[in-house]
Amino acid sequence: MVRFLLFFFLLFSTGLASAAPDGRALFNQHCAACHGTEGRGGVGVPLSLPAFINSVSDEYLKRTIRHGRPGRIMPAFTRLSDAQVNAIVTYARSWTMVPAVEFNPAPIAGDRENGKVLFGQHCAQCHGDDGKGGKGTGVTFSRERDLPIIAPALNNSGFLASASDTMIKNTVMHGREGTPMASMLQVGLKEQEINDLVSYIRSFQERDSVDSDDDENETVIMVESPYDFDETIESLKTEIANNNFKLIRTDYLEHGFVEEGKENKKQVVLHFCNFNFLYQALAIDPRVGLFLPCRITVIEQDDKVLLMTINPMRLSHLFNNYDLDEACKKMTELYKAILEDATL
Amino acid sequence: MKLFLSKTLLLCLFISTHAAASDLIMARSTLSFSEAMTNLQVSLKEHGYTVARVQRIDVGLTGMGYKTDMYRIVFVGKADEIKYLVNKYPQMIPYMPPKVSVFAEGGDTLLVTANPSLFAHMVDDEKDKVIFERWESDVYSVFDDFRRAE
Ligand code: HEC
Ligand code: HEC
Repeated sequence: MVRFLLFFFLLFSTGLASAAPDGRALFNQHCAACHGTEGRGGVGVPLSLPAFINSVSDEYLKRTIRHGRPGRIMPAFTRLSDAQVNAIVTYARSWTMVPAVEFNPAPIAGDRENGKVLFGQHCAQCHGDDGKGGKGTGVTFSRERDLPIIAPALNNSGFLASASDTMIKNTVMHGREGTPMASMLQVGLKEQEINDLVSYIRSFQERDSVDSDDDENETVIMVESPYDFDETIESLKTEIANNNFKLIRTDYLEHGFVEEGKENKKQVVLHFCNFNFLYQALAIDPRVGLFLPCRITVIEQDDKVLLMTINPMRLSHLFNNYDLDEACKKMTELYKAILEDATL
Repeated sequence: MKLFLSKTLLLCLFISTHAAASDLIMARSTLSFSEAMTNLQVSLKEHGYTVARVQRIDVGLTGMGYKTDMYRIVFVGKADEIKYLVNKYPQMIPYMPPKVSVFAEGGDTLLVTANPSLFAHMVDDEKDKVIFERWESDVYSVFDDFRRAE
């Protein structure tokens, strides 16, 4: 029995040793899609800039991974093991080979009201009113932006749970070279004023979760048509145009899956678009293209003609992006208007 | 004891492979856009999927100030599974076929897709949920290929 247990112990421990997490591979798998190869930036901010990585603690990195940035795209990685998170942090340190700094966790006292005034004067133009962050996130190569790197949200629960007061103070004092974030000492702020700013930033309340009423939203928007199949499609085409959308293409749901001519002719998809809208949505989050262009499917089944589409509001939470919620809401309303008008 | 250990081991394996279970699955590759499109399509075919259509959604984007016209949606699936699902669950129709979006960012190319497991709540027959589990593991496998491609 002892030998038997020993065998298992060895098997288990060697298994663990050889499976020591590979930080680089984990980063490429979980982070690089947003933060770029070797942390050079993308939908997420650059992480490998010395002015960033050398001035943040391991604790800040670990907590950021765990909390993510609710409503600002970055998901919370709750299912990675501690060993995996540590491996990612160790890998991130290898970019500059500079040992981690540590910050005193003690809170910093300051005049919150004065901090608020200063914030409006020196920070809000980039970090937004109430520190809600710049429009868009990170560095994107594909869209026009006001800044080379979009200012992160400071009122974000993920940020506030990760950064200590002293770390925030240090960032504001010294800025981050190579990014639009300037040293506020150089701008002329005094240390006490920076303390006031820190105290104001710390006072930001968490924003309400956006997807709280998520389950009340149906997954699909569906209406029954009073017209026959072909009439419904004609009516839909008219209403798409009336709502300022351009019809791109009409085809069968099974197009490309079955031999041409053999498709189910009672399942037709209309693809349409409004370029202004498409552009705006992609500028907020390039990933939304996944649900674009707009599509409405018309089917005839059991003597009923049905029009159906996805519900963008329901999908909005997938992107974890507050800015997108507004656009998705608008899209849901548009879909509903078109479906309603087409079946009047 | 043995059972306990092997169960723990299994659990560990399970947790580590699913550590990333997220709503959107993404991958970045240093492949150029056209190489990336080829890589993705070949890999999907190797995994037994049909690419039904590649849709451009970028026509007119550059005219509006968007910096790239490299944005495509790939419609992909297995014909028999999709036919089966939409007949049995018409409410899935707007989500079918599944899509992968492909876009350029600087010199890199990104893939994004919705995690197929999100569809599982739309079906009530337990045995049909397996379809989405398989799709999910295939997506991870295709995206891994993509990440590693140089
Ligand atoms: C010109 C635009 C701009 C202004 C003005 C600005 N910031 Fe920033 N700030 C940025 C950017 C961009 C970053 C992200 C830098 C990076 O990528 O590491 C940043 C980062 C930060 C961070 C770190 C946040 C994080 O998630 O790591 C803090 C804290 C911060 N700024 C506070 C302030 C305060 C306080 C002010 C005003 C006194 C201010 N900033 C003014 C653009 C700005
Ligand atoms: C889906 C995209 C996405 C993924 C995946 C992602 N991030 Fe982020 N991350 C972001 C965005 C966007 C921000 C900036 C939030 C803002 O602008 O308010 C950010 C911010 C950060 C910050 C704070 C940077 C700063 O200036 O203070 C760190 C650290 C970070 N991410 C690390 C990681 C790590 C490590 C991983 C992988 C485990 C990861 N992220 C995965 C999008 C992502």
